[in-house]
This record gives sequence, structure tokens and C-alpha cells, in this order.
Amino acid sequence: MAVANPANEAPGNRALRVGAVIREMARRPSGLVGLAIVGGHVLLAVISPWIVPYDYTTQDSRLVLASPSPEHWLGGDHLGRDVLTRTMLGGRQALVISGLGTLIAVLWGGSLGLVLGLIGGKVDDVVMRVVDAFMAIPWILFLLLIIAVLGTADAVLIPTLAFFYGISVIRISRAATHDVTARDFITAARARGERMWTIVWREILPNVRDVMLVDGAMRWSWMILAFSSLSFLGFGITPPTADWGLMIANGRSYMAVAPWAVLAPIIALSSMIIGVNLSADALAKTLGIDRAQKAPV
Amino acid sequence: MFKLILRRLALGVLTLVMVTIIVFVGVEALPGDACTAYLGRDTALETKLAKCRDDFGLNQPAHERFFVWAGGALQGDLGISTRRNKPISDLVQIRLRNTLLLGAAASAVGIPIAILLGVIAALTRDRAADLWISTSAIFAMTLPEFISATLLILFFSVWLGWLPGIVITRPDAPVFEFLQDIILPIIALAFVMTAHILRMVRTCVIDVMASDYVQMAILKGVPYWQVVFRHVLPNALLPTINLVALTLAWLLGGTVVIEVVFNYPGLGRLMLDSVSDRDLALVQAIALILAVLYVGLNLVADLLSLVANPRLRTMKV
Repeated sequence: MAVANPANEAPGNRALRVGAVIREMARRPSGLVGLAIVGGHVLLAVISPWIVPYDYTTQDSRLVLASPSPEHWLGGDHLGRDVLTRTMLGGRQALVISGLGTLIAVLWGGSLGLVLGLIGGKVDDVVMRVVDAFMAIPWILFLLLIIAVLGTADAVLIPTLAFFYGISVIRISRAATHDVTARDFITAARARGERMWTIVWREILPNVRDVMLVDGAMRWSWMILAFSSLSFLGFGITPPTADWGLMIANGRSYMAVAPWAVLAPIIALSSMIIGVNLSADALAKTLGIDRAQKAPV
Repeated sequence: MFKLILRRLALGVLTLVMVTIIVFVGVEALPGDACTAYLGRDTALETKLAKCRDDFGLNQPAHERFFVWAGGALQGDLGISTRRNKPISDLVQIRLRNTLLLGAAASAVGIPIAILLGVIAALTRDRAADLWISTSAIFAMTLPEFISATLLILFFSVWLGWLPGIVITRPDAPVFEFLQDIILPIIALAFVMTAHILRMVRTCVIDVMASDYVQMAILKGVPYWQVVFRHVLPNALLPTINLVALTLAWLLGGTVVIEVVFNYPGLGRLMLDSVSDRDLALVQAIALILAVLYVGLNLVADLLSLVANPRLRTMKV
């Protein structure tokens, strides 16, 4: 348990609390680095269309697998496109899709888990069996099946990722709810004759929320990973859109001649995932939730 | 105890039944069926299509086909791949062997290293060794498999030229012919696995070190290494059995990517191919096999910890 828990120091003031949590995260060196990386990537994703040096689809035959030069800092790829431009643009899809996906996953999985944790009984048993069954299917097979049916449009990828990752959120949120409902203050609230809704809103949700936040942050990094793996396998973003996973897949065949065309997206993608993870770690420590205990499922 | 094991077995079977239903429904939802895939452009010929559907029994209602398929799978008959024109069991067998070879080799390398590093990290908690180990573990487990695999190929194959970057051995070659090809894929898989497991080991060891009985032993003056080996490790490593199984099962997804990167002829690559060319029967079969592996691993882990930890036997499952 973290000693300093700003979450409890400023009750009632949401804006203050968010600021306090972020400041506390930034106080750890790893948290500061993580937040800076994530912030940098988000900023880059927002402004990159205006600051890229070249057009991302223009093919220049003189630039095919060209080495880095003063005009093209990171050289060219196998089709003669500017690698720097494509690397700067390559994270936008991943950020938007995984970000929205995580939000939806945490919302639906979190609420279902909370309800199941509260009502228990037969419904809980049945749903948890279904959850177990879903988790016994390798994630990649599940995603590929849906993509094979419905295609790879954003409107398919986001709900698919959100649905699949939400299933594991159910377990986390259900367990967190169980932890809370066993505590004395719930019994006290029940004894006071509080209504169910009030108990959920005032007593349970604030206690489950921190767990969900940390879980959401981790799930975000896994979703970026899953999304770029799909892209890498050719089941994600359609060319010629710039995307890191796709760039790595394409550049791999020319690695011996043009390693920069692979290394640039690799460094970009790795730094984003590591940044999200460092932030998630810092968030977990700030909120006093032990992250290492959670299995990656 | 006996009742507990039975209950656990029943749960495992129930999960498998649900998986078969989910997979069957999922594949049913794919547009087209085995016959449209098999005939390709010939689909225009209605009569041919009708005859083909008749031959493969695709005219029966979905639930009847499900029972036929599931019944066959129970007896080891996974059906026929219309696309590849071969019994699926033949196609899958050798690929499964290759994937298991990769997984087993990676576990044999990864698990001992993970336990060793995890214990070292826990015993030197928050000191230099721990910080190095824990930080590298975070890096290793957060990097996508395709990135670490690509980097391995870039360094060891393209730049240093020590090891082959892709596997060109025939899928059905004897195991020893894979030995050289398989080194990089093993490293790539073991890398991720080690990171996940060592973090769990570290947490468990730290928890046990903080427990009352360990404190008591230290205060009594029991030598440090005796405390570690007699009291801490046996108690700390037990809970990790479960977590190790979960991690292994979870990494089944990751092997698909690694197999693709290294062109390794395993089950994962076959699955990817079968999804892209819509060989539905094959997709179903592979999904079922992977799910059986997953549920089986979990079951073994649960039973092992049940046997090894008497306290669990009296607990409600």
C-alpha cells in the first residue's frame, strides 16, 4: 500500500483529484518518463498531419531503400516513400483505436463485473462460465475470426477489440466488487437501510474505480500490442495508410539493405508501449494497487 | 479431495463444451461455407454447389451438423479440409508437434531462468540487482513479440550472420533437423515468457518473506540461506504453478506471431493461413485444439497445486 494516497486527501473535488494523481505519478522518475512519452506521442499524433516534411503516399523512385540524408532524415522505404513522414503518422490509428477500444472495454466489462459481483447466484455462475470459455480461445484466433467475417474497418476493429478485452475486465471488476462488498462499511450501509443504488454509487464504485483505472491503463498497452500485431500480420490497417505494425512487416524483407525503415517504426512503437506501461505502473503505485499480482489475462 | 478433483474436471469439460459452441457459431457466421470456398469461382454453377453441399452434408440444420462435428472430434476425427483436400488430423498432427516442440523448448529454457531471476530480484528487493531485473522484465514483457523477433533476426541473422533468420526445414522433418533453425524462435518466445513468470515469482517470494513465520525464523536465528531454501521457496513457488500455467496458455496467442515471423511450420501459421483462405473446417479444428491445450494446462495446474497444497483441499472451489 502506498503511504501517500492523494486519492483520499481531496474527496469530492474531481478536477483537483485528477491533478493530484498526475502530480503524484510525475514525482516518480519512471512515472515522469512514462507520462512524458505518452504525452509526446499524443501530441505528435494530433499535430503530425501539419508538420510532416513530405506526403506519406508519394513514391519517389530515387528514394527506394535510400539511406538517411539531409533531405530525408530516415531515408526511404521499399516503395520510395519518406520513412520519417510515415513514422510520424504511423501511431495515429493505433492510438485512436486502442484508446477508444480500452474506454469501451473498461466501461462495459467494468459495469457487468460490478453487477455480477453484487447479485452473485446462478446468473453469476453462468456468465462466469461463458467468460472462462471465451478466455480459453487464443486472443489472436478470436480477433482473426471476426476480422475475417467483417473486414478491417475502424468500425469493426474498435468494437471487436473492446468486446474481447472487456471480457477479461469482467473478472477484475467482479473480484474488486467482491473485495469491497465483504467490508464492514457495506454492511453498515445496508443496516442503515440505504437503497441499493446509493450503495453502488457512493460506497462501491469509488472503491472499485481505482482498480479499474489501473486495469484500463494496462489493458490499453495490451490493446496497442494486439492492434499492431494484427497490422503486422496484415489483418489491421489497409495500405497505404501509415501504420507502425504494417511498416515493420513491409520493411522486414529489406532489413539487410534498409534497416532504418524497420528500426524507425520499431523504436516509435516500443517507446509508446513502454511509455504507457511506465505510466500504468506509476498510476498503480500512486493509487496503492499492486500491479505485479495481476496475471496478464 | 476426490470430490474437488471431480468438480474441477467437470468445470474443465464444461468450459470445453462452451468453447466448441462459441467456435462453431463464430465459424458459422463467416459468409460462405466450405463449398463456396472449395469451388471458388465455380460457385456460379448452382447444381455443382448443391451437389457439393449434399456431399458434405451442409444441408442439414446447424445444430445437427454441430453434433456430428463435435461427436467426430471426440473420437479424434476432425473432418476433412475441403480446401486442402486432406483429412484434418493429418494436416494438424505434424504442425501441432512443431508448436509443442517450440513451446516445450522455450519453457525448458525460460522457466528455470525466470525462477532464478525472480528469486534473486525478490531477495535483493529495491537494490541494484532487483531494479535491473525488474526493469528489463517490464521491457521484455511489453515489447510485442514481432518486434523482439524482428530485432533478433536483424542482429543475429542479418548483421552477425550466426543463425538462420527463417526456418526452411520441411514441416515433417525429424525433430533434430529443426535444432539450428529453432534457436531464434526459442529465444524470442522464452524472452516474453521469462519476463512474465519472473515478475510473479518475485511478488510471491516477497510476500512470503514478509510473512510472520519467516520473520519468526529469522528472529530465532535460523541461518539466512536455510530460511530461504527451507521456508520461503517451497511456500512461494507453489502459487506460481498456477500462474505459470496461465501464462503459458496466454502465450499460445504469441506463438502465432513468432511462427509467422520465423516462417516456422507450426499450428499458429496453419491457423493464420486457414483464416485467410477460409478453410473453415480447419479453423474450427485448430481453435478446438488450442482451447483443449489451454483448458488442459489450467486443469493440470489446478490439480498440481491441489496435490501440493493441503490447505486448498478444504477450501471451497
